[in-house]
Formats: sequence, C-alpha cells, structure tokens
Amino acid sequence: MSGARSEARDRATEQLRRGNAWRLYEIALWIAAAAAIFVLPSKMLLLTEIAITALFAISLDLVLGYAGIVSLGHAAFFGLGAYAAGLFAKHVFAEPVTGLFAAAVVSGLAGFAASFLVLRGSDLTRLMTTLGIALMLAELANQLAWATGGADGLSGITIGPILGVFAFDLWGRTGYVYSLAALFILTFVARHLVNSSFGLSLRAIKANPVRAAMVAIPARNRIIVIYTVAAAYAGVAGALLTHTTSFVSPDVLAFHRSADVLLVLVIGGVGYLYGGIVGAVIFTVLRDWLSVSTPQYWMFWIGLILIAIVLIGRERIARWDSFLPASLQLGIKRLATWRPGATLRESR
Amino acid sequence: MIARRSLIALSAGLVMSAGLGLPSWAEETFKVGLILPMTGPFASTGRQVEAGVKAYIAAHGDTVAGKKIELVVRDDAGTADQTRRIAQELIVNEKVNTLAGFGLTPLALSVAPVITQAKVPAVVMAAATSSITQASEYFIRTSGTLPQYSVPVATWAHENNITKVVTLVTDYGPGIDAETWFTKEFKAKGGEVVEAVRVPLQNPDFAPFLQRVRDAKPDAVFVFLPSGVGSLFMKQFVDRGLAEAGIKLIGTGDITDDDILNGMGKPALGTITAHFYAAAHDSPENAAFVKAFKDANKDMRPNFMAMGGYDGMHAIYAALEATKGDADGAALIKAMKGLAWTSPRGPISIDPETRDIIQNIYMREVKDVNGELQNVEFKTFKDVKDPVKSGQ
Repeated sequence: MSGARSEARDRATEQLRRGNAWRLYEIALWIAAAAAIFVLPSKMLLLTEIAITALFAISLDLVLGYAGIVSLGHAAFFGLGAYAAGLFAKHVFAEPVTGLFAAAVVSGLAGFAASFLVLRGSDLTRLMTTLGIALMLAELANQLAWATGGADGLSGITIGPILGVFAFDLWGRTGYVYSLAALFILTFVARHLVNSSFGLSLRAIKANPVRAAMVAIPARNRIIVIYTVAAAYAGVAGALLTHTTSFVSPDVLAFHRSADVLLVLVIGGVGYLYGGIVGAVIFTVLRDWLSVSTPQYWMFWIGLILIAIVLIGRERIARWDSFLPASLQLGIKRLATWRPGATLRESR
Repeated sequence: MIARRSLIALSAGLVMSAGLGLPSWAEETFKVGLILPMTGPFASTGRQVEAGVKAYIAAHGDTVAGKKIELVVRDDAGTADQTRRIAQELIVNEKVNTLAGFGLTPLALSVAPVITQAKVPAVVMAAATSSITQASEYFIRTSGTLPQYSVPVATWAHENNITKVVTLVTDYGPGIDAETWFTKEFKAKGGEVVEAVRVPLQNPDFAPFLQRVRDAKPDAVFVFLPSGVGSLFMKQFVDRGLAEAGIKLIGTGDITDDDILNGMGKPALGTITAHFYAAAHDSPENAAFVKAFKDANKDMRPNFMAMGGYDGMHAIYAALEATKGDADGAALIKAMKGLAWTSPRGPISIDPETRDIIQNIYMREVKDVNGELQNVEFKTFKDVKDPVKSGQ
C-alpha cells in the first residue's frame, strides 16, 4: 500500500514539475511582447490595453477556470482597484508602483469579504451575487460624488514617474513596459500557484466538490484564498488602467466590463492561464480593427465572429492543424510542447 | 520560424516609422479626429454630431486656407478609457491637428491631460458639464452648458406666476447641475421648490416619482433628462394624470429633443423648455441648414447635438483661416478665442477668457406645425454666458 501511495505521489510530483516547466510557446510569447516595444512603436496604447485586459482575464480565469466559480461581476474588483489607485495617487502618494500595491490590498480585502457570499449557493446564485456586488459598487461610485467625482469621473489625478524615474510619455511606451512588467510578474506568480498542489486541489474542487471533500480537501478555505488572490489581480489590472490613463469614471465598474472579460476568456480558452492573454489579444485587436473600419457597425461583426466561434467550437479552431499530414501535425505538437532540458522526442 | 516572423514585423515597423518621418505630402492636409459614441446607449448623440459635422463640410467644401480637411471618425462606445486611448493614438499615430466630438462629460474630461501635454485643441461638441473647459487650456466648446439653459427656465417661470415647483432630474453630473442652477435662480426670485426628486440614470421608470410629484401639488415640474428617455417620460406624465391635475411641464430642451420629439405625439404639446437650438428656429441660416441636413441624412431632423457639431466645424474652419493655414495647436486655440459668427442657431461667440460658448437661449413651446411637432420659440435671452464661470 505504501508502495502504491509513493507511486501516486511520484506521479503527482512529476505532473507538477512538468506543469511548471516553461514551454516554447510561452517563451516565444513573452519575447514577442517585449520585442513589440521596438517593433510596433505606434501600437503602444493598444498593446497596453491588451496587457491590462489580459491581466483582468487571468484574474477571472483563476476563479472560473481553476475553481469553477462563475462570476458576472468581476468588474467589481477591477473598478475598486481603479478607484483605489486614483484616490491613492490623488491624496496619498503619486508614485504608481506603490499605488499598485495599495489597489491590490483594497481589492484583495474586498475579494476576501465577498468570498463568503460566493461560498453560499450554487452557480446561478453566484451569478446573481457577483453581479449584485458590482452593481452596488457602481452605484456607490456614482453616489459618493464628493470622493469619486460621481458620473463625471475622478479627474485631476497626477501620476508621478514610475519609481520616481520613468515618466509616462505621450507615445505610451512607458505605460506599455509598466503594464507588461506587471502582467509578466503576476502571470509568473499565477503559474506557480496553479501548478502547485494548491492548484491541483482547486481543480479537484472544480471537477467534483463532493469527491474533493471526501479526500479531505478543505474546499471552503481554498475558495476563499483563490477568490482573494483573483480579486487582488483584478485590482492591479484596474490600477494599471488608472495609471496609464490618469482618469477613472464609474464605467470601470460597469456590467459590460464583466461581460467583456468573460468573452475574452471564452475566446481564449478557460482553465489555462494563457487563454486570458490569447483572448485579450484576439478580442482587443479585432475590436480595434473593426471599429476603425466601421465605427457604427463594428459590434455587429464582433457578434457574428463570436457566434461563429461558438458554432464551430473553439476546440476545433484550436485543432486548426488537423487537416495537415500526420507527420507535420506531430512536428508542430512537439515544437509547441517542447521545453528546455528535454529532447524533442521526449516531450509529449 | 520565430526569427522570420519578427523579421517581417521588424521590417513592417521600419516601413511604418519611415512613413511617419515623411511629412512632405502630409502638410497639405489638416486632420480632424472626431471621437464620438457611435455604439451603445449614447449612439444617437454620436450620429447627430457626426451628421452635423458632415453637413458643415458638405456646405462649405473641404479646403480651408489651402489645406484639405480630412475627417477621422472613431467610436469610443461612451467609455472614457477608450476615448482617452483613441485621442492619444490619433495624436501620435494619425497626427491629427485637432480633436473634436466628445458625447459625455467623463469622455471629454478623460482627454484633458493628453491635449494639454500634446498642445492639441479639442472642440467639445456635445458634453455639457460646466467644468470641462476648465480642465485644459486646449478645450473650446460649441454646445452649451446646463446651467446656461437652466437659469432662464427659472426666470421665465417666475415671470409667469409659477411659484411652487418640484424638480425632477436624472441623478448624475448634468442633472445635478440643472437642479442646482434652476433652484438657485428660482429661489432668488422668491419661488419655492417644494421637492427635489432625483431619478437614477439606470432606471427609467418614472411612475413612482411622478406620483410623488402629483402628491406635492406644485404649479409646475421642472425636468432634466438626458436626451433619449424623453418619450417614455412624456407617456408616463400623461398616464399619471399630471397634466389634468394642472401641473405644468417645464424643463431644459433635452426632454423635447428634436430627434425624438415627433415620435412623442400629443402628450408633448404645450411643454415649455429652454435651449440653445430648435430645428424650427426662424432664420434663413437655419432654414438652409435644416434643408441641407435633411438632404444628407434621410429621415433625420437636426437636434442641438448636430448644431454643436456644425458650429464646432465652423470654429475649426475659421481658426484655420485666421492662422492662414498654420496648424500649430497653440495658434489655433488662440484664433478660436473670441470668434463670433452667425450660426443657424443665432449669433454666437467663443468667450476669450473661458473658451466656452456665449449664445442666445430661447424659450420654446411644443406646437403642431404642419403636422410635425416642433419646439416653437417665443422668447429670447440674449448672449447668455455660462453662469458658473461668469461668477453669478
């Protein structure tokens, strides 16, 4: 029996180790993102938006993709972070990195408090609860006009240079490097989190809460922790938006933000961190391209594309290479899943 | 594979930056970046402003002081961070010479830091909160401000033996502006505001609020609602029997917006409002404008948003002529200060100190004119400045 147990443990350790190893496509993605600073100097603002949306989507993926908690109000934490960063910069300290931490703490605390509500009830109640929290915060932001500027938004924020050195420029380069750095660091942390035993237990809870409870996984605590972490992530994304635009309005809490981020995740794929990033790239680029070419009707085209994605099925799009000869397919697969320290043949 | 892809991207980037470095042919054009909500709940604002801008270009040609005017239209869907990003991209990538549009106050305010930093003028064609022009030295406004047309309603009401009023406004920046300035003026004249009702922006069911108004038995109810929800309000106003109870309906022109007035039908008849523009304004300039507008936009009647867009283009044209084609931002904004001209809405000018518009405010009554509902003007308040900034 002890032999079987140690074998299982070995398998689990091996699985975690493999999950933690860097894949070729990940490295390529980050190199491309960094290269964009020099290659696409005219697209800095769009790329900044992508980085912020991606971080927001990763935050939702942590609760939806890993813990299986559906949320229609994730903008609550995004907006809270945005306001926290704005008010912090206005009244406390104008340096942005400190502001990021402040926003993460505020949103994280709110997420911690909200997690107890989320624990009650099932999917449908959760949808209503999360939606309700976001709507309440949006109304609060409107009502507390003395602090938030109400519907007109919080203006007159001056964001200082990052770490007192790098000032935000008109081209948006500083803003992009700043947002990308935050995205990279937080993705790195999230990667470790979901590929740890903690992450495995989350997946167990998502797959079957009852069975997870049978093997003594404390679902309650795990959900509280991941919800708090995800809220802090969303808060940082909101704070990045405030810092790169030096403006906040109740729009950061609006329902369409929660809906958009869900769309982004659906497009990119739920349950693996890069889904958020891929979805953010596709969604933002598509929206920008369509709204430039047809300012009035771009929503129609977005809608059409989304329907197509749903009808064809994202999995089938992801298996775009299925019509290629088998040998080529294998080659692509090996290349895509290759990681340093392994020969091409070893990787699966 | 990666190397090749980045090589392609790199060369594409080089071609692009090389393109940016060649201003030789670009000097002949003058770019106007028009940022408007073209989708979402405020799409009607965007449509009207854009139509107004295009009507001006159609009527006056697209060449000014030897430069060709090029319009770049972008949709911000009414979201402030999009407005800000688009503004910044238009400035750094498209090299626009001036920005224009801005459907709502937060959208305009979000670009203030950008235009100040880039020294690019921004013509506010719709947003109506007083404070906008104070947020940057590079803002000018060709729409109007809510205090500007809320105060005259109070003056008129006092002159017409209305002493007891309930105010009903939408609960956000402009609504509170309207309520504040109407109340201030009305009380100063000796009137009484018995109740101040604020309706949530997200909940356009007026029935419970109207019941409260009816119970308070005022002489009149003063109303401000963002343009668009007026029709629903009118219907419920009648359904609740407020008109039968002898309660007069007065307000700012947003509730009898020309764009939707015709669809309101009978209930709207007799409503008294104050505003800076009505499609029925009686002048040769306006007759020509309305005709040109209707020709270019089937089944559309110009409203005050279209007027803001039309006059905004005039400010840009006139400034460019004054600088003899010099597109420098500081020079343009200097030329815009103090501009005065006869617009389809009447004589208007840009206050050189506040960069806000000075214009006539008209009292109007909704009447049936040849089978169409119109805001018919019957009294004029001349050269009204924004009362907030003129320190009243």
